[in-house]
Amino acid sequence: MQDTPLTAPPVPTPGQADPPGAHRRKGALEGSATWSLSDRVGLAICWAFGVLFCAIAVAIVVYLMIQGVKFLRPEMLWTPAAAGFSETETGGFSDAFLGTMIVATLGIALALPAGIAIAVWLVEYGRPATLARVTESTIEAIAGIPSIVLALFGTVIFSSSALGFLSRTSEGVVFGRSFFAAGAMLSLVALPLIVASVREGLNSIPRHVREASYAVGKTKAATTRRILLPTCRPQVATGAMLGLGRIIGDTAIIVVLLGATQNFAPVEGVGFPLDYLRGAGTTLTNFVYEASPTGNLNQPQKAYAAAFVLLLMVLALNAAVDVVHRRARKAGTWSH
Amino acid sequence: MEEQLPQDYGPKWSDQRVERMLGALVCGVVALLLALIVTVFVRAWPSFAHNGLAWFGSGGSVEDQLNAISLSAQASGEYVYTFHAWPLIWSTLLITGGAVAIALVSALFISVFIVEFAPEWMSNVLQPVIRFLASVPSVIYGLLGVLVLVPFIGNHLVSEQQKASVAGVISLTGYSLLAAVLVLTVMIAPLMVSIFSDGLRAVKPGWLEGSLALGVNRWRTTWKIGVRSARPAIVAGTVLAVARAIGEAVMLAMISGSVAFAPNPADGLIFVYEPSRPLAPTIVKNIDQLSSPPFNATLFSIAAVLLFSAALFSLAGWTARRAMRKYLMP
Amino acid sequence: MEPLTRSASDMDPTRVGSNSDALAPPPIRRLQLEDPEPAREATAPLAPGDGQAPQQSGFTTAKRSVGAPQFSIRRMEIDEVSVHYGAKEAVKRVSLPVRQGEVLALIGPSGCGKTTLLRSLNRLTELTSAARLTGRILLDDVDITEIEPTLLRRRVTMVFQQPNPFPMSVFDNIAYVLREQGSRRARKKTLEPAVHSALDRAGLFEEVKDNLDHPALKLSGGQQQRLCIARALAAEPEVLLLDEPCSALDPKSTQVIEDLIVKLRDDVAVVIVTHNLQQAYRIADHVAFMYLGDLVEYNSATALFGSPREQRTREYVSGAFG
Repeated sequence: MQDTPLTAPPVPTPGQADPPGAHRRKGALEGSATWSLSDRVGLAICWAFGVLFCAIAVAIVVYLMIQGVKFLRPEMLWTPAAAGFSETETGGFSDAFLGTMIVATLGIALALPAGIAIAVWLVEYGRPATLARVTESTIEAIAGIPSIVLALFGTVIFSSSALGFLSRTSEGVVFGRSFFAAGAMLSLVALPLIVASVREGLNSIPRHVREASYAVGKTKAATTRRILLPTCRPQVATGAMLGLGRIIGDTAIIVVLLGATQNFAPVEGVGFPLDYLRGAGTTLTNFVYEASPTGNLNQPQKAYAAAFVLLLMVLALNAAVDVVHRRARKAGTWSH
Repeated sequence: MEEQLPQDYGPKWSDQRVERMLGALVCGVVALLLALIVTVFVRAWPSFAHNGLAWFGSGGSVEDQLNAISLSAQASGEYVYTFHAWPLIWSTLLITGGAVAIALVSALFISVFIVEFAPEWMSNVLQPVIRFLASVPSVIYGLLGVLVLVPFIGNHLVSEQQKASVAGVISLTGYSLLAAVLVLTVMIAPLMVSIFSDGLRAVKPGWLEGSLALGVNRWRTTWKIGVRSARPAIVAGTVLAVARAIGEAVMLAMISGSVAFAPNPADGLIFVYEPSRPLAPTIVKNIDQLSSPPFNATLFSIAAVLLFSAALFSLAGWTARRAMRKYLMP
Repeated sequence: MEPLTRSASDMDPTRVGSNSDALAPPPIRRLQLEDPEPAREATAPLAPGDGQAPQQSGFTTAKRSVGAPQFSIRRMEIDEVSVHYGAKEAVKRVSLPVRQGEVLALIGPSGCGKTTLLRSLNRLTELTSAARLTGRILLDDVDITEIEPTLLRRRVTMVFQQPNPFPMSVFDNIAYVLREQGSRRARKKTLEPAVHSALDRAGLFEEVKDNLDHPALKLSGGQQQRLCIARALAAEPEVLLLDEPCSALDPKSTQVIEDLIVKLRDDVAVVIVTHNLQQAYRIADHVAFMYLGDLVEYNSATALFGSPREQRTREYVSGAFG
């Protein structure tokens, strides 16, 4: 009897209810048969809502898939929209598709470095403390501002003559709508998500890792760059993908800051690619909005097709986030 | 993280330099937010100044007023700012209120279900479903609403008789309160579910176990102790959902109707079939008028109201959470 | 192995408290029995080899606070119970009686299975999916697996090591138990007498009666634990289980709660798990010593501490290991 060490798991130690390995049982061992009627009705309501939302999700996916497959022809992805009489003659939405890519790239290119920098400052520096609190509140506030308000603000910024180089100017009036403008404001949409994710990642690194680096004389900046941030790659990736999802799904900013066209409208007289980036255009979300019955085009078939493509992109991003999470958990860093 | 590190006299990126740069960026972002707030209110001022508190009141058709504003910009005469936004405000209140109420109830039940009562297979299905619903772009919700839900309501739910009864005032085409509330509920419920679930999972297990050990069944334990302890999370989730609902522009622009009509509860059941237009979609729908000064002021005034409401709700939520600490913190 | 029969008077007086020998370790303090009482209701006779004169195990303390129990009614019967967590056997074929009118203490070093055994009495072990129980536990001659768990847990209530009052007022904490028993929501006025009585039985009423709406989390540790006991009593249980209730408390609160436990034994059967041997000696009528899942010895408190039968018990009780 003496050979069994007293600390061997999973025997419970005093003060700990369950052995470390066991997890809480999920199933109802305590049958609901003895519950009062109101309790059982409550459980039934739980099931009802759960099933209802599953059904809604399935309905959305299935319906869009059916309609999308019905109307989506691959050429749509690389044929620009054109004028035509019937819907099938109006070409595709390649401009919209490319527009989504461009705007997403611009948005993330701005949001990712800024988000990482802000997160690093909040976690590693954070002095003075009031500024840190104010910054946290600011990021939360930005997350809560409706994107239509961000869009309006964007019009003010980009219409100023100082920023006229970022969009078209005609007769001294800055147009103020361009891919640059849209990308810039969209980066604000993605920023809070990136900051939150990277902060979580940095906070989960235990203190001794940093101290080990400082102890060999490395600066905080070098430590962050060489050790902390590479460890946070999953969180950075997650934040970027969540931000990307929100960017490509946003419509209000696009409608306001990108112009209500179906095609690219590059600025004349400027070389590629600036002419496109300074010009107006459209994205998939804007396209769906315009092509729907309440928009200007009223081409429901193409709307379905574009919506289907959009949904696939969002689903792909979601799946990628899941994969990153799962791989991070398996890799097993200090905290996972 | 307050260590004072020895100065590296070699590398370009000394800690002080980096800290200053990052600090500048952070200040820049804060300044940007302040600039946004100031800009919106400054731009909105003419509209508020001319209308005073009547801005929030009713009187006259919003369409006519907007028309007058845009016409006045084209004419060389004086700008007209008259704007009584009550129908828009009323619509926002109805749609947001309805959606948040339904979403709150459903999100509570679903999160309790996911955390405690669902069998494992159901939980594994439901959680990705909720994440999926949260990530669908609002324009897709709008499209499905417009192409599926609105015709359904217009053709199958509203009877001809009902349409005839209000024919003189408004036409019931299916673009309605009901459609808007239903779709908005599905949009904001997943947000609430994820925050509520986190809150439920963070309840001290000692409380739950203590309650079970006193012979209280799992349902009552979860609701009376778990949900009660998770109240701060519930408030936080609700506030977030309200902010999202108030700011939702695109989906509502597609579904709620193009008429700035104030639905009248006195109409009975038909009330939910009436179209309306909340504040945020009004901006989107009229965005092409942005360049004309009086219209610009009007649109910004609407934006200012949106901004202010979102901030107000956040503050209310924060206050409520502090009041709850009394019972939850030792 | 040093003889355990050395009493305090046998110790070298020059060694006790001496500072001259700074390098030698201090002598092991032997605790001695003051007033050995003859064993009462022992379920097995003393082994003849231990002799009639009580063999000093070296266990002493202040007077036992517990007099002899007035009566005892057999409430629960633990019959060859084993609990497995996966492959590991945490409790190995234990049989014990639990009686109303007396306090049963489960003692033993860490990891010996005493908490597991306690939790199996009200089927809390079933909350862990890896747990498996064999053998029978009877409550009033009914197998507890045949009783619905929530009903069982109202008759066999539990107080935990860490005081866990709910995040509500004092009144609501007790009223919670009373309200959730039935299907109709009782009014506050109807519940008041029951709440007051529960608080009174737990000895807390005098301290909180002025403000029953005080948040429970703001009470002191000892008061919180008494509140938990009041809560457990409000359910009118037949058996009260206590899992190291005083280990998180200061000595004064501990004393208050120990007095309370002794007072309660006439109303409910009390089973207490403790790793504080002195506490077990002070308040228990019967003691069960467990080691690595086995029930090594079960005897009346005076017998087990005074003249333990088993070698292992002797070693544990005299502090040779913990």
